[in-house]
Order: sequence, then structure tokens, then C-alpha cells
Amino acid sequence: MTPAPLLVCADLTRSFGGLVALDGLSVELKQGEILGLIGPNGSGKTTFFNVLTGLYPATRGEVRFGGLTLTGARPQAVYRAGITRTFQRSRLCLELSIFDNLAVGAHQQLDHGLYFNLLRRRALARQADATATAARELLEIFDPPLAARLFEPVAGIAMIGRRRVEICRALISRPKLLLLDEPSAGMTADETAHLMDDLLEVRRRFGDLSIILIEHEMSVIARVTDRCVVLNYGKKLCEGTYAEVSTNTEVRQAYLGLA
Amino acid sequence: MTAARARVRSALATLVLAVPCTLLLYGFLAAESEGKVALVLAGATLAAALGWRTGLLGWAVRASGQGGLALGFALSGLALVAAFHEDPFVLLLLARALIALVACLGLHVQLADAGVPNFAGAAFFGVGGYTAAVLGKGALPHAVVLLACGALAAAVGSVLLLPLLRTRGHYAALITIAFGLLFRTFFEVNESLGGPQGLKLGGLEVLGFHFNDDRHVLGLEWSGYAFYALAALALALAALSLVRRLERSWLGLALDAVRLDETAAACFGVEVARWKIGAFTLGNALIGVAGGLSAMMVGFIAPNNFTFQESLVLVSILLLGGLGNLAGLAVATLIVVCLPEKLQPIQEYRYLLFSVLVVLVLVLRPAGLVRRTARRSFGSAAA
Ligand SMILES: Nc1ncnc2c1ncn2[C@@H]1O[C@H](COP(=O)(O)OP(=O)(O)OP(=O)(O)O)[C@@H](O)[C@H]1O
Ligand SMILES: [Mg+2]
Repeated sequence: MTPAPLLVCADLTRSFGGLVALDGLSVELKQGEILGLIGPNGSGKTTFFNVLTGLYPATRGEVRFGGLTLTGARPQAVYRAGITRTFQRSRLCLELSIFDNLAVGAHQQLDHGLYFNLLRRRALARQADATATAARELLEIFDPPLAARLFEPVAGIAMIGRRRVEICRALISRPKLLLLDEPSAGMTADETAHLMDDLLEVRRRFGDLSIILIEHEMSVIARVTDRCVVLNYGKKLCEGTYAEVSTNTEVRQAYLGLA
Repeated sequence: MTAARARVRSALATLVLAVPCTLLLYGFLAAESEGKVALVLAGATLAAALGWRTGLLGWAVRASGQGGLALGFALSGLALVAAFHEDPFVLLLLARALIALVACLGLHVQLADAGVPNFAGAAFFGVGGYTAAVLGKGALPHAVVLLACGALAAAVGSVLLLPLLRTRGHYAALITIAFGLLFRTFFEVNESLGGPQGLKLGGLEVLGFHFNDDRHVLGLEWSGYAFYALAALALALAALSLVRRLERSWLGLALDAVRLDETAAACFGVEVARWKIGAFTLGNALIGVAGGLSAMMVGFIAPNNFTFQESLVLVSILLLGGLGNLAGLAVATLIVVCLPEKLQPIQEYRYLLFSVLVVLVLVLRPAGLVRRTARRSFGSAAA
């Protein structure tokens, strides 16, 4: 008997006025799986993430995640259920330090009580220390020099570093599912390869982390994903391993523009 | 470095900061002619520039630490009150500046921390004042009355929560402006609250101690305003410490996340609305307490004290000081409250002066007098 899938999206649809950005998408994801999400520009990949994380309510369809129904859930509830994400256009708080940004990611582990924060300053300092340690550990995996710059504002960090910080912010709460929206944009092939190795390393350490990866670089998709879903005009064009998908003629036509 | 040496270093740094500041403030408050005021201002600017260029200022601030800065602020305040113990004019000015600082700290939590605009600061100040006027006459202890001033201002503010949470930026600002105007009209037409003439108040009294009375202490003749100045100093210190602690904690971080990117914050579980409500409410409570103390000190309130212009002055203090910087806020409050009083001839052009000052600062230093700094660690290494 196969275990129940971690994520089940059924008939997920989202339209903007007349434009159906996401059109009846049904996807399943097993625990620990890495799913590639590919498709031409404007095919609805980011929209899928936005609907999944509760930023845009779905026009139709439902989402189930590890026994919970997340249809229509608010972003905060999606986070608490164990889904975190990065954004296609980096959305870090630039004037805050790397530490602060990661601590925002760890929001649910932190004590936000008034009494604790205002009066139990020693306990607060200990919690801050523990958070800093966790932040350093993660940064060590992705970008060791960044770990030494923990309390510097993100504004002073180069673009590539910021992407890694953003991934760490999504990982520090130990999510069950990580949504990555073009994490390697702007990176060289080498940097991308490193990033993927680091992600695999994190998954080894965390055990049961599942990932959905939006990525335009096919070599990356080929190397790290277990399975791919191809979107076109908001619809699922096909699904399967990279080898299967990449030989599909429809995909080649739609996506690669090949005959 | 041993703990003892660190303490000596901190004390030294505090002195380096507090002594010149106190002397300059003394000179400023004691100056009787416009020429002398200008001289002191030039001296202050020079001292600040020198301190900045040589790095002495930065060192002193860092080395004093939070405790040192608070101590320096308190000692400096005490010294000034003692120095002017017989001068009601200066003491009143000092107390007004400190009370304004408390109100601005309330606005600071709202605007600089949570990003919620409030252009009705004077209205909430007024709510505090009217609360003090009405409740102060009763049997309630005045300490409780002051708390009630804050509570009522916060409660009145909750009327604005729903529209504020549904709007952002300019629209949210407009809502608070409308509210401020509305509230002033409400005071004006409400005969039971004195209508346009306003209300008289008795002075503050705590545990049988009447703040209004002049008295003989330590062989000196103290004006009653000295005690108000001390009360205002205590309140300002408490408010400063509260805001500092708030900012250097997970609470301040959550507010930062809400202000800087609501969408990203929501994706990491931050309950955006809850934090905005908390900040807005706390801010109004601080403004309300300040308003209550102010009304008791002045002994009289009328709707005309709580105009939109006054609200604008409060916001301009924040912008002038540098949104998000407490030191800048304190300096700006002093300048905006005290300068017009010291330069009587320009009293009439007060708002013109503010406008020019704000425009100048925003052109020359868009981030305000002192820039916002990134939060340092509040882990044990920093404590
Ligand atoms: N908030 C919105 N309002 C209106 N239209 C939108 C909105 N968000 C996305 N769209 C539209 O939905 C379609 C899908 O956009 P989406 O961003 O999901 O594409 P994508 O697959 O992520 O593309 P890319 O590879 O360029 O990132 C596009 O036509 C886009 O213009
Ligand atoms: Mg996209």
C-alpha cells in the first residue's frame, strides 16, 4: 500500500478577470519528493504558488496537505501547516539584518508574549542565541561567509547571497514542504549546481523535506527532480520524470518551441 | 575586559555624552536673547559635527549601552530641573518637551515600528486631557486617572481600527486626518465637556503630594512646575524604556516585518492585523497618558489645543528626527517644542518655521536628523 500523498491539489483554478492564470490543475506530491514545475513565461507557475500559500484565493478547486484542508486558508495558516516559500522577486526586508530576516522565518518557534519579551530579558536573550545558532547552521550549508555577517543588513549583501538568505528564511522553521520560485535566477551554472547540492544536503539532514521547484534551467530539473509537471496557459500539459516529459512532443512544441 | 573595567568605560562614555548635552541644554534654556540662543545652537551643531567626525559620539553611544544612556538622560534631566528650580517658565517648557516626547514615542510605535500612520495624534492627546479633566475631579487616585487617560485614548482609537486595517498609505492617513477633525468638532459642540471654552482642571496629586504647590525642599525654593517636570521625566524614561525593550525583542521584529512587507510577513505566520492593532493601541495609550499629564499641568484644556496642525507637528517631529531613531526623536522633540518659545518674535510663524525646517531636513537629510539603524543582536552577547 502506498502512503497517502503529502499534498493533493484538485482542480485548482484561479482567474484574474477574464484571464485564467491557473486552469484546473491537479497535482499530488509524496512526502520527501522533489517536484519540478516548468512551463513558459506566464504559464501560471507563480500563480500556483500564490494560490497554494493563500496569497490569492482559489477561484475553484481544493488543497489538502497532510490531513489538513488548506482550501481558502490564509497565508499564516499555510505557514503553520508547514509550507514555506521563496519569491521569484526577492522579498527580504533589506534594512533588517540577515538574522532578523531568518528570525521572521522562525516566527512560530519564537515566544511573542508581552511579559516574556519586555520583562524576561535573559530568557529572551537565550532564545535569540538559540535562533542565531540555528541561523548560522543553515547559512553554513549554503554560504559560510554569510554566517559571519549574521548581523549585517541584507541591503549590503550581493544578489546571490540574498537568494540564499531567502531560502534559509524559508527553511529555518523546518517546513514539510518548501516552494522555490526560480531560486537560481541570475546565478551562474556553477552557483546553481552548488545551490542544488546544498538543497539536497538540507533534505538529507531534515529527513522528510519535500520540495516543489520552479526552474527554467533544464539541466537542474533533470538532475534534482524526481518528477515534473509541465504547465502551459495555466493547464497541466503533462507530468512524469524529466526523461518522459522532455521527450513529449506537446511539451517540446509548447515549451521549447521545437517541432 | 573585566566587568569592573567595562562598567567604568560605560560610566565614562555616559559622562562624555551627558555633560556636554546638559551644558548645551542649560545654555539654551537660560539664554535670554535671540543672539544667545543662536550662539548656543551654533555651539550644539558644532559639537554634534565634531563628535560625529571624530567618532567620539558613536563611541560614547555604543560604550554607554542602554543602561548608561537611560542613566545619562535621567541625570541630565534632574540636573536641569535642579538648575532651574525657581524658573516656572523654563520648567514648564522642559515638562512640555518631555510630555511631547512621550506622545511622539506613541506615534513612533505606530508609524516607525508598525508603519501605521496617525495624523490624529493631537486628538488622542485631547482624549487623554479630557479624561483627566472629567475623572480628575472624582475620588480616583490620579495615578489611576493617568492610566485611564491612556486606556480611553486606546479605546477611542479602536474605532479607527477597522478602516485602518482595510487601507494603507495615503488612504489610511486620510482616515486618521478625518477622525482628528471630527473629534475636535465633537469637543467643540459637546456642552457637557465645556464646548469651545473647554474645561479647567485641578493639579496632579499623588499620595497627598500636590504638584501645583511651590515648596521648600533641601533648602531651596522649588516652583511647582519642577515637580511636573520630574513627573514628565519619569514618564518619558518609562516610555523610552518600554519602546526600547519592545523594539529589541521579537515584538519589534514582528512589527518591522509587518511594516516592511506585509505579504512576506503573512507567509511566515505573522498575523499582520493583530500586530497593527497592538501597535496602534499601545501608541494611542502612550499619547493619552501624555495628554492627561499635560492637561493636569496646564490646568486647562480646550478643543483649540487639539487641532490638525498640532497633529501635524507631532508627525513632523518624527520625520525631523529620522523615522525609527529614538535619539533623533528626542532631539527633534526638543527643537520643535522649545525653539519657538525661545525665539518669541517668530512665535507667530511657528508653523511656517516647522514647514521650512521639515522641508530643509527632508531635502538635506531625507532619512531625518539621525538615520534608522539596523537592530543589533539582543542575544546574551549583546546584553
Ligand atoms: N495579480 C495578478 N493580476 C492579474 N494577472 C496576473 C496576476 N498574477 C499573475 N497574473 C497573470 O497570470 C498569468 C500567469 O502568471 P504567473 O506569474 O503565474 O506566470 P509564471 O509561470 O510564473 O511566469 P514566469 O516564468 O514569467 O515567472 C500571467 O499572464 C500573468 O500576467
Ligand atoms: Mg513566475
